[in-house]
Amino acid sequence: MTPDEAREMISAALLTVAPDAELGDVAPDADLREELDLDSIDFQAYAAELSRRSGLPVSEDDQRGLTTLAAGVEFLTRARVRP
Amino acid sequence: MAEFTMPSLGADMDEGTVIEWLVKPGDTVARGDVVAVVDTAKAAVDVECFDSGVIEDILVQPGVTVPVGTPLAVIGSEDGAKPKPVSQPKPQPAAVPVSQPEPAAVPVSQPEPAAVPVSQPEPAAVPVSQPEPAIVPKPKPQPAAVPAPQPERAPVPVPAPAPPPPSPRPRPPVVGPLVRKLSAELGVDLTTLHGTGRGGAITRADVQRAARPAPAGRGKVTPYARRLAKELGVDLTRITASASDGIVRAGDVRTSKPAPVTPEPSPVTPVADKARAMREATAKLMARSKREIPHYYLSTTIDMSAAMARLAELNRDLPVERRVLPIALVLRACARAAAKVPQLNGLWTDEHFEPGAGVHLGMAVSLRGGGLIVPVIADATELGPVELMDRVRDLVTRARGGRLRGSELTGATITVTNLGDRGVESVFGVIYPPQVALVGVGKVLDRPWAVGGLLGVRPVVTVTLSADHRATDGHTGARFLEIVQKLLSRPEEL
Repeated sequence: MTPDEAREMISAALLTVAPDAELGDVAPDADLREELDLDSIDFQAYAAELSRRSGLPVSEDDQRGLTTLAAGVEFLTRARVRP
Repeated sequence: MAEFTMPSLGADMDEGTVIEWLVKPGDTVARGDVVAVVDTAKAAVDVECFDSGVIEDILVQPGVTVPVGTPLAVIGSEDGAKPKPVSQPKPQPAAVPVSQPEPAAVPVSQPEPAAVPVSQPEPAAVPVSQPEPAIVPKPKPQPAAVPAPQPERAPVPVPAPAPPPPSPRPRPPVVGPLVRKLSAELGVDLTTLHGTGRGGAITRADVQRAARPAPAGRGKVTPYARRLAKELGVDLTRITASASDGIVRAGDVRTSKPAPVTPEPSPVTPVADKARAMREATAKLMARSKREIPHYYLSTTIDMSAAMARLAELNRDLPVERRVLPIALVLRACARAAAKVPQLNGLWTDEHFEPGAGVHLGMAVSLRGGGLIVPVIADATELGPVELMDRVRDLVTRARGGRLRGSELTGATITVTNLGDRGVESVFGVIYPPQVALVGVGKVLDRPWAVGGLLGVRPVVTVTLSADHRATDGHTGARFLEIVQKLLSRPEEL
């Protein structure tokens, strides 16, 4: 997955949780939970949505590491291409 | 025969708007079926009926706001029995919502304008604050039909409720004494009216409608006037023709003032009004809480390391969308503690405490864009941690994005508010009347912690209790927090 594709997937996943989110204003290393006012249930839903869209399992540790846009892109792009 | 009334979906609700009917006259319904969607100050809610039978009549049309307790529909018995003759005196519908704690609960008849936000300024007579109660349940058949706020939205005349089951013989119009009096005052000939009430009864609204000259918006408007009105944002229904033929012309449009925020004939309240209505509902209830309830507050900080270890174990085999969050264990501990300290689990009504049957945990959920809604986890002690988490997730998700059922907003015996996600260490909440206790949960934080004479770093959470001093003393509250702490330190029991 290219970084652009990753960003697109992240945006789509975030919009399912926070339909009113203005992602253009969010810095790559800002905490999404603060920027978009997500609570732990929202954040879990975001991680689940990302997992569903990418087909990648998201462990609890992975989930903790998804708090910024940059980390999300990193998580999605470093994954091996699925068969 | 039963009446389906506007339910009270929380102590902060005193009126609601029917947005949509999901049934029509003639439909068979069973207890628990969702029959209508009702908009409260906070959310659109799927409302279930509490009787089984056949819908005989719909009394309140979509878009109309009525006080809690107002009959919305008539449900007949399943054997298809016809409604009793309308002229027969029927039991008085409760004018004061029974399920609501506050006695002064008929907002439509109250003088403050704020209490009737949805009703439009009425051009015609009949002051809203007439001395007679807004719901006219008195002796007669006149269906307690939505008096004051009956919207005078001419272009969409409130459609007459579907006619009652076809009756072989025409019946004389049924008229209650109050309606008769009104018709006399307004000079309306009752024999010319078509009653839209139950069994063809003539309602106040019918009389009022007849007393008003036919609104122009309904038809007699010149095309140019219509276009001009659209351009200027003028509500045609508010314009009276100056010419004697009753046709509204462009001049009439120009001389009329722009309509004050023309309410679209849409039952959905605009966002800004919604936010305000929600603020008002919360303001009213919280002010009442602080006015009436002598709160006392307790706080304790709990070592969560055992609970967090238990969570990791639970979550190892769960997919991300079902993982259990720390709050679920805290909620479960609170529910079990409430069962063990029943003095904190229930309602304060009529100057005494009424213990709850089962622990029904209210859970304060903040909505995106502001406001609070408190769905209820019924029988919370019966759920294991994973099921409880599923329930919490479902309720929170629907509270924010989907729709809750009426039964999911009522019956809480104790409430928990969780501000941990916002990073605060502790929250001392305001009790949700008529409950007597509110538990506040802060963030799970790593903190220096002394264990067995040594200092270590542990995940800790501060749990607080706000409780009603009329119902309990601090000693009882302390016992509750102690049990919560014990349960969280032995999470294998949770």
